Amino acid sequence: MKYSRTLLKNFYKTMLRIRLCEERFVHPIINGEIKCPVHLYSGQEAVAAGVCAALRATDYVFGNHRSHGHFLAKGGSLKKLVAEVYCRETGCSRGRGGSMHLIDVNKGMLGSTPIVAGTISLALGASLASKIRKDRRVTVSFFGDGAAGEGVMYESLNFAALNKLPIIFVCENNLYSTHMSLRECRTKNNIYRIGGYFGVRSYRSDGNDVLKVYERVNRAVKLCRSGNGPVFIEFMTYRMRGHVGPNDNIHGLHTDIRPKKEIAEWRKKDPIRKFSKYLAEEGVLSEKDLESIKEKVNKEIAGAFLFAKRSPFPKKEELGRYVFRE
Amino acid sequence: MSSGNRILQYSLAINEALHQIMAADKSVFLIGQGVKSPWYVGNTTGGLLKKYGASRIIDTPVSENAVTGTAVGAAIAGMRSVVVHPRIDFMVYAFDPVINEAANYHYMFGGRVCVPVVIWGIVNRGGEQAAQHSQSLHALFAHIPGLKVVMPSTPYDAKGLMIAAIKDNNPVLFIDDRWLYGIKGNVPRDMYTVPIGRAVIRKKGRDVTLISVSYMAEVSRQAALMLVKQGISVELIDLRTVKPLDKEMVLRSLKKTGRLIIADGGWKTCGMAAEISASISEEGFRYLKVPIKRITLPDIPAPASSVLEKAYYPSIGDIVSAAKKMMQKSA
Repeated sequence: MKYSRTLLKNFYKTMLRIRLCEERFVHPIINGEIKCPVHLYSGQEAVAAGVCAALRATDYVFGNHRSHGHFLAKGGSLKKLVAEVYCRETGCSRGRGGSMHLIDVNKGMLGSTPIVAGTISLALGASLASKIRKDRRVTVSFFGDGAAGEGVMYESLNFAALNKLPIIFVCENNLYSTHMSLRECRTKNNIYRIGGYFGVRSYRSDGNDVLKVYERVNRAVKLCRSGNGPVFIEFMTYRMRGHVGPNDNIHGLHTDIRPKKEIAEWRKKDPIRKFSKYLAEEGVLSEKDLESIKEKVNKEIAGAFLFAKRSPFPKKEELGRYVFRE
Repeated sequence: MSSGNRILQYSLAINEALHQIMAADKSVFLIGQGVKSPWYVGNTTGGLLKKYGASRIIDTPVSENAVTGTAVGAAIAGMRSVVVHPRIDFMVYAFDPVINEAANYHYMFGGRVCVPVVIWGIVNRGGEQAAQHSQSLHALFAHIPGLKVVMPSTPYDAKGLMIAAIKDNNPVLFIDDRWLYGIKGNVPRDMYTVPIGRAVIRKKGRDVTLISVSYMAEVSRQAALMLVKQGISVELIDLRTVKPLDKEMVLRSLKKTGRLIIADGGWKTCGMAAEISASISEEGFRYLKVPIKRITLPDIPAPASSVLEKAYYPSIGDIVSAAKKMMQKSA
C-alpha cells in the first residue's frame, strides 16, 4: 500500500468530522436556533481533507462562504467553529463573523469571506509575503466555480504567473453558483483551462476521491515550494445540501432547483462512502474500526454543540470593539 | 543624522519616508503601478528599486483589484504593505479589497488578525484631465468603518504621516495631491511620525475658523494671508487626517471665533465638509454666531475645458469673499 494506515485513517476522520458536524447544523438551522447564513460543505469533504493533508501547519489557506470544511481540515477547533456559527463570544471570530467568517491564524487559516472571489487576491498577497520572506510556505486559495465569473480571478492568475508565486488556486466546481447551473454561467464546462492562458499549470481532477485530491495537491505543493508555482486545480464535486439555509434543500423543505436525477447520481459518488468502501476492501480499517471512529467523532461534535450553546453571547457594551487594532 | 533645518520638496519627503522605513523594517514593501518608472509616480519612488530590489519594490500591470488585494493579503500574513495608485480614479477598481476586506477584516474576525496596509492614492487635478483623472475620493473612504484617511499638505507632514501610516496596524489611506508635490518646506532628516488623527493650527486668529485639508489647506493659507491684510483674523486649521477627525481642535477654535468655514477639494453632498458641519451642529451649535459655510467642489464631474475648470475648483477668492460676507453678516 502506498500510504500509511495513520494517513488513511486521518483522511477518513477529517472527512467524517466535517460531514457529521455539517449535518448536525441542519436541525438548528431549520428551527431557527442558528440564524446566520450557513453554507453547508456536505459532499465536498474530499477536497478540503485532501488539500489540507498535503500542506504543512505553517502553510496558509483562505476560504470563502462555504468554508467549514476548510477550517476543520486545516486544524481549526471544532468547538470554536460551532460557537462561531452560534455567534458566541467563544467562537473563532468572537461572534463577530458567523459561519462565513472563519479564522485560525495559528493553524494558517487566514480567513474566509463570502464576497465571491474576494479572497483570491488576499491569498495572492500571502504567497507574495512568503516569496519576499523566503519562508517556503505555500498558500491555497479555495473558491468555487462561481468565482470564474469574477474579473479578479483573471487578474490574480496573471499576477501569480508573472511573479511565480507559491500559490495553489483550488476551484471546487460543484456545478452551481447559488441557484444557477454552470451551463447558464459559461458556454463551456472548462474552468481549469483558464489557468493555461496565463501560463499557470492547470489540472482537473475528481474532487470526490480524497486520494486523487491529495496526490494532485502534493505534486502542486512540491512545485510551489521549489519556486515553480503557481498551480491551478479544478476539482469536480457536488454539494449534497442546498446553497444556503433551510429554504434551500435541507430535509423536508425541498426547493432545490437541481434535477433529482443529478442529485441521485452524485449521491452514489459520496466521497466518504467511496473512501470507507476502499478502506474496508483494502483491509485498512474494519467495520468495527470505522464505527469506533464515528462514535468518537460524534461525541466530540456533541460536546462542541453543548459548548457553543452554553457559551455567552458577545457583550453589547463591546459592540464597538475591534473596529481598529489599538 | 541631524535633525537640523533642511528644506525639502513634498514628493522627496515621501521618498525619504519610504527609504527610511524600508531600511528600518524588513516587513515593509511597496507595490503598484509605475514604482520603478522614474516619471510615473512623480519622484516619490526614486532609488528604491536600486536599494531594496525587485522583491520589495514591485511594479505591476494594471490590475488594481488583484494588486490591492495582494497588498491586503500580504498584510494579513504579517507584512507591512504599501500599495500605490498613481491616479486615485483607478483605485475604484479596488473597492472590494479596500472596503469589503481590509476595512472589515479586524472586526469581522473578532480582532484575531490586523491589516497593516497603506493604500496610497494620488489625486491629479486640473490640466484639462477631465472627469476620470481628477477626482478627490477621500470622503468615500472616510465613510467606511475600519479605515483611516490621512491627507498631508506640507512636506513635513507628508513624511511624518507616511511613516505613521506604515507603522499603524490598521488600513490607512494616504491620499496626496499632485499639486502639492513641488511645495517646499522644512523636513527633519531623522525618521519621525506625525500622529494620525491630530489636526494642527497653522495660524492663530480670532474672527473666523477656516478648516481644510490637503491642497485646500495650501489655498486656505494664501486666503488667510489676504484676509489679514483686510483686517480679518483667520484661525487656520489643517486637519491632516480626515478620519479619525480631530473634532476637539475644531471645537476649541470655534468656541473662540464663533464662525466656521470648511474648504474641501471634494464634492459637497455627503462630503468631508458635510460631515464636519453635521458634527459641529451636534456638538458646537451653541458656539456658532453665523451659519457654517462650506466651500467645496460643486456636485458636478470635473470638466476638461480650462474655462470650465476655472469655474469648477474653489479658489483663494472664494474663501476670501466667504469670510468677508460672514463678517458682514455678524457685524
